[in-house]
Amino acid sequence: MLLAAFDWHALFFTFFALLTCGFAVAVLFSNNIVHMAFYLILSLGASAGLFFLAGAEFVGAMQLMIYVGGTLVLLIFGVMLTAQSRFISMETRSGEWVMAIIVGGSLLFLLATAALRVEDWRSGHPNPAKVGLAESKTTTQIGMGFTGVRVDKLDPDVVGSPLVPGMSGYLLPFVIVSVHLLVVLVGAAYMARTKRRATSTGAAA
Amino acid sequence: MIGISPVSVSHYLLVGAVLFVTGAVCMATKRNALGVLMGVELVLNGANLNFVAFGSKYLRAESLGLDGQLIALFVIVLAAAEAAVALAIALNFYNNHATIDVDQANELKG
Repeated sequence: MLLAAFDWHALFFTFFALLTCGFAVAVLFSNNIVHMAFYLILSLGASAGLFFLAGAEFVGAMQLMIYVGGTLVLLIFGVMLTAQSRFISMETRSGEWVMAIIVGGSLLFLLATAALRVEDWRSGHPNPAKVGLAESKTTTQIGMGFTGVRVDKLDPDVVGSPLVPGMSGYLLPFVIVSVHLLVVLVGAAYMARTKRRATSTGAAA
Repeated sequence: MIGISPVSVSHYLLVGAVLFVTGAVCMATKRNALGVLMGVELVLNGANLNFVAFGSKYLRAESLGLDGQLIALFVIVLAAAEAAVALAIALNFYNNHATIDVDQANELKG
């Protein structure tokens, strides 16, 4: 069959990769801050598609929910709160553009040659059909990994002594990052609050 | 296209490199403080893409495993925290100076 012989993985990868890169470049070359926010949403949403294609469906869903649904809504509120007409479209000077294109182009050339140089990265999986769809269900493994148990590293041959290297999960980093997020959000809410008394006395804290 | 099939880690690294470079140039050239913030988001997303690619079982026989996805989740949470703080600073700056142009932010006395 023609449909079965077609490489859908490569097709969808090309589609999402072009969307991601294209909208990222559009963010760079757009001067309008509202357009930039919209292009950024599309770019990050398309990169969630790349996560799904790589077999990381939980990370892809979190990318859509936290990044696109949370962080970018925050950013868009920032855009709306500061969107006076003279700040919506701010031109970058052409001399800075030339410098940025030169530096960015050489950096991109360096990274691309580094990515294509390593033989082990360039050759894909020898037989991706052998991996199996069941191995792609990673949500339970990620949840157990955050609570300190790496079920994906369990070796069925050593049931008696399951302490293989790399078994320790991510419980302590998970707790640290949760407290960090809480403190950061409290601090951000404290900093961004409206200060009515400060403007009347002229001493803005 | 240079060997688009099969999709390998190198292709993901190329997309990540484009995201990183556009984000870095965005940080350097944008005059709007929120544009700089968007550049940071692009850079973090490019790094995330590399982590997920190295952890994918479909791209390499010997992959990073679940560690790549776990680190990518940490990066997403830290990016959310960073965006909240940077946005609070930008709003404070806007309230005090009545501008969002980073070129005029040479005196951040609060």
